[in-house]
Amino acid sequence: MGSRPPVRSREARKRWRGYVYVLPAFAVYVAFAVLPALHTAYLSLFEWDGVTLGEWVGLGNYAEIFQDSILRRSVFNALVLVVFFSFVPIVLGLLSAGLLARYRRPGMGAYRFLFMLPQVVPLVAVGVTWRWLYGDDGVVNQALRAVGLDGVARAWLGDFDFALVAVGLVGTWVLSGLCMMLFLSGVQKVDPSLYEAARIDGAGPVREFVSVTLPHLRGELAVAMTVTTVAALASFDIVYVTTNGGPGEQTTVPGLLVYRLAFSEGKVGLAAALAVVLGILILAIVYLINRLSRDRT
Amino acid sequence: MNTVARSERWSGYALLTVMAIVVVIPFLSVFLASLQPAGTPVVGLTWPERWSWDNYETAWSVAGFSDLIRHSLIIAVGVVPACLVLAALAGYALGTMKLPGGNAMAAFFIAGLTIPVELIVVPLYFDLRGLGLTNSYLGVILVEIALFMPFSVFWMRTHFLSTPTSLVEAARMDGASSATILVRILLPLARPSLMTLGLLVFMWSWNQFLLVLVLIQDTTKHTAPAGLGFFVGQNSTDIPTLAAGTIIVMLPILILFVVFQRSFIAGLLQGAMKG
Repeated sequence: MGSRPPVRSREARKRWRGYVYVLPAFAVYVAFAVLPALHTAYLSLFEWDGVTLGEWVGLGNYAEIFQDSILRRSVFNALVLVVFFSFVPIVLGLLSAGLLARYRRPGMGAYRFLFMLPQVVPLVAVGVTWRWLYGDDGVVNQALRAVGLDGVARAWLGDFDFALVAVGLVGTWVLSGLCMMLFLSGVQKVDPSLYEAARIDGAGPVREFVSVTLPHLRGELAVAMTVTTVAALASFDIVYVTTNGGPGEQTTVPGLLVYRLAFSEGKVGLAAALAVVLGILILAIVYLINRLSRDRT
Repeated sequence: MNTVARSERWSGYALLTVMAIVVVIPFLSVFLASLQPAGTPVVGLTWPERWSWDNYETAWSVAGFSDLIRHSLIIAVGVVPACLVLAALAGYALGTMKLPGGNAMAAFFIAGLTIPVELIVVPLYFDLRGLGLTNSYLGVILVEIALFMPFSVFWMRTHFLSTPTSLVEAARMDGASSATILVRILLPLARPSLMTLGLLVFMWSWNQFLLVLVLIQDTTKHTAPAGLGFFVGQNSTDIPTLAAGTIIVMLPILILFVVFQRSFIAGLLQGAMKG
C-alpha cells in the first residue's frame, strides 16, 4: 500500500475506518466463540482431569474415539438420528409440497402457526413432554391399548430396542413442520404455467413432481438438509431429558458424552477431542450439502 | 385429470391435517395433565373432572419456577439489546461501506453459523471460572451474544445490502457523518428487521440449555429450561406439577409467538433460507 499515491492511501485509510463499527461484534465473537473453539482443539491434545497438570498425548484422544465402543456408539447413534431428524421430515415435506404444488391455498395461516410451534418452544420442554407421552401411562400407550394392542404397549424410552427410535421420532415431530413450511412456501414461487405445460405434455403426478416441483425446491432442500442434520448431530437437550443416554448406551449421543466426560468423569481432553470430531463432522456435512446443491444449478 | 388433481389436493390437505393433529396432541396432553389434582397418577389424554389451577400455584411458588423465569429474563434482557446493537453496527459497515477485506470479514462471521455449543463449552467453563464468570449471568450473556453474533451480523448485513445506496450517497453528499447516516436514516428503516432479529435472539436465549447447564452449576441460579431439566430428574412422578412447570417454561415464548406470529415465521423461514 505504501507505493500508492498519497491521496489514495489517505482514502484507503479512511475506508479502514469503517472497521470501528465491526470491532465490537468481532471482539465478542472472537473472544467467546472462536477462541474457545480453538482452545477446544488445543485441549484435545492433552490428557487432563480438569484439576491437575495435563499431559500431552498428541492425537491419542482421537485414537481412543475410534477404539472406544461407547464413543463410537455415540457417533453411530447420531447418524441414526439423522434418519429421523432429517430424512423423514424432508420426505413428509416433499410429499405435502408435491400434493399441493398446484394450488394457491387459502387457509394456510392456521397450519403455519401449528407447524412452527415445535420450533419455538424450548427443546427441554419438548423432551419433558415426550417423556410423559412415552411413559407407561402416556398417550402413546393409551392409544395402543385403545385399539387392542395391549401387548405392544411398553415404557418406550426404557426399551432397549425402541428407545433410540422413540427419541428419533421426537426429532421428527419437531422438524417435520419446519420442512413442510419451507417446501410449501417454496412451491408457491413456482410459475403455475409450468404445471399447465407439464399437464399438456401428459405428465402424471409423479413425473410432474420430479421434473417441475423438485428442481425448483433445490435451494429449500439444501437448507432443510443443513438445518435438520445439524440438529440431529448436535442433539443434546432432547436426549438429556428423555433418556440421558439410556437404557445402557442405547441413546448416547456425542453431545451427551462431551458433557459427561468433561464434567463428571474428569476426561476433559477426550471430551474436547469428541467435540472437535463433532464440529468437523458438522462442518463437512454442511459444506458437502451446499457444494452439491450449488453444483447442480 | 381433474379427479387426479382433486384427489391430490384432498390427500395433501389430509396429510397437513394429520400432521397438525400430531403436533397438537402433546401440547394438549401436557395442558390437560397440568389441570389434574396434584400428586395423582394421570393417564394419557384425560379430561380433568374439575379444572384446577393449583398446580400452577405450586410450580410457580413452591417448586421455584418464578425464580427460574426471572433468571431467564435477566439473561435475555442482557443478550437481546446487545445483539441488536452490535449486529446493527457491524451489519451497517459490512453492508454499506466498501471495507477492504469486507467480504472476507463477512465470511468469517458466517463461518460461525454452524458452531455447535458442544464445540466451545468445555474450555469456556474453565476459562470463565478463572475469570469468576461461572455461576454468573454475565458469563452466560457474553457467550450467548458471541454464539448468536454470526446469524445476527449476517441478518443485519443482508438487510443493509438491500437498502438503496442512493439514500446513503445523498446523505453523504449533504455532509452527514457515517454515524449520523446510520442513526438518522438507516436505523428507522431497519426497524422490522431489528424486530424480527430481536424475537429470534430472545427465543434462542430463552431456549438455551447446555450452555447454562455447564456455566451455571448452582441450581438456585438456574434458568427456566435448565431448572425444568433438573426438576424432571427430581420429581418425575408428580406429573401434574411437572406439567404445570413445563407450561410455565413454554408460556413466555408462546405468548410472543402468538402476538408476533408473522415476524416469527418470516424470521424462521427466511433466516433458515438465508443461512
